[in-house]
Amino acid sequence: MSATVDTKQETSGKPPRVSSRRLTERVFRIRESGIIAVLIVFVAITVSIEPRFASQQEVQFILANTTIFALLALGETMVIVSRNVDLSIGSVVGLSAYVSASLFGKIHGIPIVVVFLVGLGIGLAVGVANGIMVAIGRVPSLVVTLATLYIVRGLDILIVGGNEVVAQTLPNAFIEIPRAGVYGVPYLAIVIAVVIGIGAYYLRSYRSGRELYAIGSNPEAARLAGIPVGRRVFTAFAVSGAIAGVAGVLWAAQYQTVDSNAGTGYELTVIASVVVGGVAIFGGSGSAVGAAIGALLLQTINSALYVLGISPFWDQAIAGALLLAAITLDRIISLRLTAALRRRSAGVGT
Amino acid sequence: MSEPSLLTRPPEPEHGRRRALPTALHGAVRWETGLALVVVAIFAFGVAVSPDFLTTSNLFNLGVTSGEVAIMALPMTLIIISGEIDLSVASILGMSSALLGFLWARHWPMLLIFVMVALLGVVAGLFNGLMVTRVGLPSLAVTIGTLALYRGVALIILGSSTVSNFPAPYSTIGVLGVANSNLPWNVAIFAVLAVIFGVVLHFTATGRSIYAMGASPEAALYSGIRVKRIKLLLFVTSGLVCALAGVLWTFRLSTAVQNNGIGMELTVVAIVLLAGVSIFGGKGSIIGVVLAVLAFAGLQDALLLTNFNQEATGIVTGGLLLISVFVPTAGSVVARSREWFRARGHRAPSAIGAGHE
Repeated sequence: MSATVDTKQETSGKPPRVSSRRLTERVFRIRESGIIAVLIVFVAITVSIEPRFASQQEVQFILANTTIFALLALGETMVIVSRNVDLSIGSVVGLSAYVSASLFGKIHGIPIVVVFLVGLGIGLAVGVANGIMVAIGRVPSLVVTLATLYIVRGLDILIVGGNEVVAQTLPNAFIEIPRAGVYGVPYLAIVIAVVIGIGAYYLRSYRSGRELYAIGSNPEAARLAGIPVGRRVFTAFAVSGAIAGVAGVLWAAQYQTVDSNAGTGYELTVIASVVVGGVAIFGGSGSAVGAAIGALLLQTINSALYVLGISPFWDQAIAGALLLAAITLDRIISLRLTAALRRRSAGVGT
Repeated sequence: MSEPSLLTRPPEPEHGRRRALPTALHGAVRWETGLALVVVAIFAFGVAVSPDFLTTSNLFNLGVTSGEVAIMALPMTLIIISGEIDLSVASILGMSSALLGFLWARHWPMLLIFVMVALLGVVAGLFNGLMVTRVGLPSLAVTIGTLALYRGVALIILGSSTVSNFPAPYSTIGVLGVANSNLPWNVAIFAVLAVIFGVVLHFTATGRSIYAMGASPEAALYSGIRVKRIKLLLFVTSGLVCALAGVLWTFRLSTAVQNNGIGMELTVVAIVLLAGVSIFGGKGSIIGVVLAVLAFAGLQDALLLTNFNQEATGIVTGGLLLISVFVPTAGSVVARSREWFRARGHRAPSAIGAGHE
């Protein structure tokens, strides 16, 4: 939506007082600025009430929890930006977590890299299947990924049976992955931040990344402009699946006990993070960095409620209310902007 | 300013779609006819795998375990036909269940509790509807938000406690039928509601308006249909019906816990889509939904009687869902690829031809 506003502004005339206005508009238009402000205010209030919230242990806990969601949010952003949705990621996390973690028990001394590759492969396979059905079968992604959500979770349940992977079977080096770090910042969080940075840069600056936005803004126009819509959408789903596969392996390292419930319901939390982070649910705008900050905000709120001694029962209601507030605010801002622009071009006309 | 009603309406060329099915076949290969055959096949499968399938007690079970999902599928059908979606249904069920338990534990009279629960359902639906129609937000995003919000309210109301001391006439609805017959209460209520929703959708002006606004929101608006008001009404109805489902669910299991019905929204959507209701709106029927409910419940139950892992029946649900979207489009996929090859043959080097597909 903001993309269309952008172009309108370029074509509208230039009244003399534009420059001062433009600055405020620009700040408003950085979709992430609102959520960063919320995050800062939220952390400041929490720390002033309970200084323990700023402790190294707490920060590490929040970051470790955020990594998985932020990573998933990157893949989901790619998909949502192209006006699609991937509901299967929670199930992929579950399947990948169990299959990869159980390898340690089955094959002694299996290299950790191989385990990650297996997880990635599982996710990629599901992502490719989703991509084929959406891009070539031209079936709505909501329906396709709702179906694969069920199918992959069903496969997971069949494979798991009544078993579970327990911490004792996992090597220390694997368990240490989300925990090792400097000054409370896990190395993993740094790696994920870099990955998200690369992803965001790709979406922002590469031609094929920009084309995802174009597809999301107006699929038909994108097609007429010669953008290979099918191929781009396919890639977005494949990447989202692969990312979910890797996130599943990380899930196993983080929580260590894996049964067939791993990752259940993650899809909606991730979509909530992405939308809170300023990615429009109907595609065409938003950034991967915003989505990651959205994930960070939701996890921070969870931890803050715990630290403040507020019943964890409030978590979900607050997350829901926040999501609603985010999309309402976004709507109001975009309406205001449109109205302001219309007023200005009317002023130029007379 | 018209957003597409749901994600990803495929930019399909009009002639491609029309060529999908020869017009002569249109009447014969109605979705509901196919679905009816599927239901027959599933029940035949059930009889084949177990002699217990067609027993009264099993059929009672089959009905009673899917009653609430079936009930929630009815307003969902109308909402999806109108071009929107409501993902908060299972959370409204959970929230109603929590309120029911909370008030009963505080010794409120049951009748007053029913009024309060109904009110809660209406308010929940009203909030969804206002956010969609007055604030103008996409229903997918709004109801993902209220999915979390309403479930969160259920958590706040009931916390981790469980209420299960409901009195006899209510707590036995999971084992006794209407007037001691073999018809479960929730199935009877579903039947009555299905008739009401069917009449409203297929035989009233409002019903036609729902199709119209799903097929083309702007055309509906310009032809004088009160799109916003009807959509608001649909969300409120959904809230109320889901509250009713919450009460039935609670009594059937004799337990009010905050996570009652968690994750069920996707099952409800899956059933509605299986019924042949288009996710883009404008298409579908109540008969289809009844058949889809039968197919779903029958399959679930038949698999239960085999040694198939009960929790893994999602594979079959998902498979059915995929089939349900691919069968109607299979024709157009074939037509599209044929067209594509023809275009290639005639003017292979032309970029325009290739781009046009």
